[in-house]
Amino acid sequence: MIEKQETVTIASQDELLKKVAEMSSSGYRLVLISCTKLNHFQVDYSFDKNYEFRNFRFCVPVEKPEMKSISSVFTNAFTYENEIHDLFGIEVHGLNINYGGKFYRINIKAPFSTLKKAVAVAATEEGKK
Amino acid sequence: MPKRTIIPFGPQHPVLPEPIHLDIAIRDEKVVEAIPSLGFIHRGLELLVDKKDFNDMCFVAERICGICSFIHGQGYCQGIEEIMNVQVPDRAKYLRTIWAELSRIHSHILWLGLAADAAGFESLFMHSWRVREKVLDIFEETTGGRVIFGVNKVGGVKRDIENDVLKRIVGTLKDMEAEFKPLANVFIDDYSIKHRFSNVGMLSKEDAYKLGAVGPVLRGSGVSIDARKLGYAAYKELNFEPIVENSCDCYARTIVRVREVYQSVDLIKQAVDKIPDGPIDQKVTGSPNGEFFSRLEQPRGEVVYYMRGNGTKNLDRYRVRTPTFSNIAPLVKMLEGCELADVPVIILTIDPCISCTER
Repeated sequence: MIEKQETVTIASQDELLKKVAEMSSSGYRLVLISCTKLNHFQVDYSFDKNYEFRNFRFCVPVEKPEMKSISSVFTNAFTYENEIHDLFGIEVHGLNINYGGKFYRINIKAPFSTLKKAVAVAATEEGKK
Repeated sequence: MPKRTIIPFGPQHPVLPEPIHLDIAIRDEKVVEAIPSLGFIHRGLELLVDKKDFNDMCFVAERICGICSFIHGQGYCQGIEEIMNVQVPDRAKYLRTIWAELSRIHSHILWLGLAADAAGFESLFMHSWRVREKVLDIFEETTGGRVIFGVNKVGGVKRDIENDVLKRIVGTLKDMEAEFKPLANVFIDDYSIKHRFSNVGMLSKEDAYKLGAVGPVLRGSGVSIDARKLGYAAYKELNFEPIVENSCDCYARTIVRVREVYQSVDLIKQAVDKIPDGPIDQKVTGSPNGEFFSRLEQPRGEVVYYMRGNGTKNLDRYRVRTPTFSNIAPLVKMLEGCELADVPVIILTIDPCISCTER
C-alpha cells in the first residue's frame, strides 16, 4: 500500500460544506474534485495535509443534477466545478467564477453524462453539419 | 481611472506550444483580471475506459502527454496494482524510478530551453535542447522510443536494463551534467535572465498552498511538498529532500527546475547503486474491483489518477487531474497586477501542458 486513503460518504450538501470548511480551517489543501457517473453522479472532494489524504464523497441524483459550490471556501475549486458542469452537466450553484458552460470549448454538451454510444452518434451528427 | 480593455491571449501565441485562451483585462498596461478557458484539444481520453480493457488503458494513459508520458503510464499501473493488490518486483520499481527521473530531466531541460526562448535568449534555448538530446538517446536505447515508451504494464515493466547499461547511463548523465552546468549557471547568474524573471509573477507561500499550486510552482513559493515523498516506486529507499526556493517569482520557479535536474541525476545514481537483481514483472490475473487515488510527482507537479474498477475488464472510471490543471488558479492569481508584457513569461513558468490538462 503506497498510502492510506480514507473516504467518508456525506449525506447532505450542508454537511459537506461544513466538512469542507473544517478541512480549510485545519490547513488541508484541495487536491481535486472528481465526478463519476454511476446510477448517480459520485462527486469526490479530496484533500491533503502533510501527505495525509482524505476524501469526502457526495452523491448527486441523475434526475436533479445540482450541487453547491465550495469555491467560497477553496477558491481553486472553480476549475473543478466548471469542469464538472461542462463535462457532466451538473448545475453548480454559487460558483465564484462561473463560465456558464464555456470553460471547455467543446461541441458536445456534457459528454461524460451520457452513454458512449450516444456520444458517438452526437459526434457523427456534428461532423455531418 | 483608465479604461478597462480586454486583450485576447491565445489560443495561438509564440510562447505557447499548445493552445490555451485567456481573456486578459487591463487598465493601461496593468493586468487587472485574467480568465482562462480550455477545450481546444479536448480528446475525452478518460471515456475510453468503456472501450479499452484495463491493460490496454495503460497505452492510452501514456498518450495523455508527450513529455511526461512515462509517468502517466506509471501512475495508471500503480493505481491498478493497488486495487488488485499486486506485489510489483523491486527491480521493476527501481526501473520505473530511473525512467521517471530521466523524464523529469528531459522535461525540465526542455522547459528551460523554452524559457530561454521566451526571454529572447536563442543560443541558450538551442544549447539546452542539445543537452536534452542525450536523455532522449537513453530513452531510445532502453525503451525503443523517444516520446512514447510503452514499457509500463500492470504488474511491472516490459523491458529490463542490463546492469552494465545502467552504469553506462550514469556515465552519460555525468557527461550531460558537465555540459548542463555552464547552461545552468547562465540561468542562475545571467543578468538578462534574472532581470526578466525576478520579481515577476509573484505568488506568496500562503496563496500557493491555498490555491492548490503543485510542483515547481509550489516549491518556488517556499512550500516543501513533493509527492515523491509518499514513497511510491523506489523513492522510499532513496535519499532526497524537495527542492525549495523562497523568492516566489518566475526566477524561483526556474531555479527549482535547474536544481531538480541535478537532483534527478543524483536519484538515478542512487537507484543504479541500489537496484536489486530479479524479475521485472508479476503475472496479473483477474480484473480490478475497487478504487484508488494514485498520486505521483510529475515534472510539472503532483498528478492524481482516480480509478474505479467493477470486477470486469473495463473500469467504471479513470480520472486524471494533471499538474497544469491544478496550477490554473495560481496562474490567475500571479497574473493579477502584472504588466501586460510579463504575461507570456508568467504563463510559461507554470510549464503549461494543455494536452495533459484537457486529456
